[in-house]
Amino acid sequence: MGDLWSGLLQAFWLVITFDPELVEIAGRSLRITLTALVIASLIALPLAALLAVRRFRWRRTVIALMNALMGLPPVVVGLVVYVLLSRSGPFGVMGLLFTPTAMIIAQVIIIVPLIASIAHQSLRELWTEYHDLLISINVTQGQKIRTLLWDARRALLTATLAGFGRAIGEVGAIMIVGGNIDHATRVLTTAIALETGRGDFALALGLGFVLIALAVTVNLAIHWLGRTEREGRW
Amino acid sequence: MVSDLFPMTARQAQTTRRGKVLVGPVDLRLDGGGVAMVIGPNGAGKTTLLHLLHGTARLTSGTIEWACPLEAARNQQSFVFQRPVMLRRTVLENIAYPLRIRGHQRADAYEQARDWADRVGLGAMIDRSALVLSGGEQQKLAIARALITRPRLVFLDEPCASLDGAATREIEQVLQDTREAGTALVMSTHDMGQARRLADRVVFLLHGRVHEEAAANTFFEAPVTTQAAAFLRGDIVE
Repeated sequence: MGDLWSGLLQAFWLVITFDPELVEIAGRSLRITLTALVIASLIALPLAALLAVRRFRWRRTVIALMNALMGLPPVVVGLVVYVLLSRSGPFGVMGLLFTPTAMIIAQVIIIVPLIASIAHQSLRELWTEYHDLLISINVTQGQKIRTLLWDARRALLTATLAGFGRAIGEVGAIMIVGGNIDHATRVLTTAIALETGRGDFALALGLGFVLIALAVTVNLAIHWLGRTEREGRW
Repeated sequence: MVSDLFPMTARQAQTTRRGKVLVGPVDLRLDGGGVAMVIGPNGAGKTTLLHLLHGTARLTSGTIEWACPLEAARNQQSFVFQRPVMLRRTVLENIAYPLRIRGHQRADAYEQARDWADRVGLGAMIDRSALVLSGGEQQKLAIARALITRPRLVFLDEPCASLDGAATREIEQVLQDTREAGTALVMSTHDMGQARRLADRVVFLLHGRVHEEAAANTFFEAPVTTQAAAFLRGDIVE
């Protein structure tokens, strides 16, 4: 209990003093996570819409695989990305290992199936509702996808926020591919792991509370910007 | 009105699902103009026939030919469903949607949508979500959305089912105006009063086949088959 209180106090102190190291780490966490989120959304949302409207032979298998990959172990993802980006790997020449880019790649791989699966569920229901109308208007495949993505945007916000939650709290994969290097690849979660290892539970808890506050703030900001709950029944 | 869409000729057109014939084989010709009313008992295949002619139900055998290529024919038709499908958008955006899909500029599409909203009595609610409209208002929206592209042919699947008298009267007026403007209507209904008020031709459907087809006056005054006569008397027809 004492650790919790001192963690809260330390978090409070770190925030009100604008601790430079905290600002740097939190900023890097946000930058990496939001970049991964944008890239993952650009892949996952059209993919989910395509799976909702298009019938092809292996569609059910792809959907089942996508759902299964929601539980992809981050450590394994980190290991695979590490092997691919290491000097002896196929992409070693690019020199991306232990950089924020490697961390973004790992996060994208982890959250694409999550966002796509949740988005697909909403889009499938909307497609059932819209199917007859859109077919009768004779819209193209691209127009179907754009219509679904636009009209389901509030539900898709939930999918992307789930992806954000998973990415900002991720530690296993980004520790492996980022290396937790001070002033380079250290983010809130890897800093918490480091401080816990050092036995500084209060600081680790303090960083944990900052992480939670950051996640809640970003969620609220996105809801506010997306005007969710404002336009009545949609 | 003669257009490059008509005549439409269905020859031995049939649709099946899992080996069961839903509609057909049907021979039917549409020459354009007026209201062709599809009537028949529950399960006769009225909705499926409309979808088959419109091209949204799979033709498993036979042919349906238009005077123009199929793609052009599809773009000159629209469909109004029994349960209107509302996009999760405002009334204005819903009505403008088919124009936006066809590449019209937003300003032009919205201007035409405002005009159609006024025509069907929805002018005061263009900024509301379509989902909060009443059943009658949603059906009027669906009709405005179907007409905004100025189709030569509109299919309407029981557009007034479950609507009250006032809403039915308003919608029938819109349909009369549309017919007078030269658009052909193919409509299904259970309401024989409505069929008598609107129909120019009647297609009586039974067990998925066209059992009798005639000019409306002839059909209502002197039906040829005993089943059609029984149906008009209100008897149960099997």
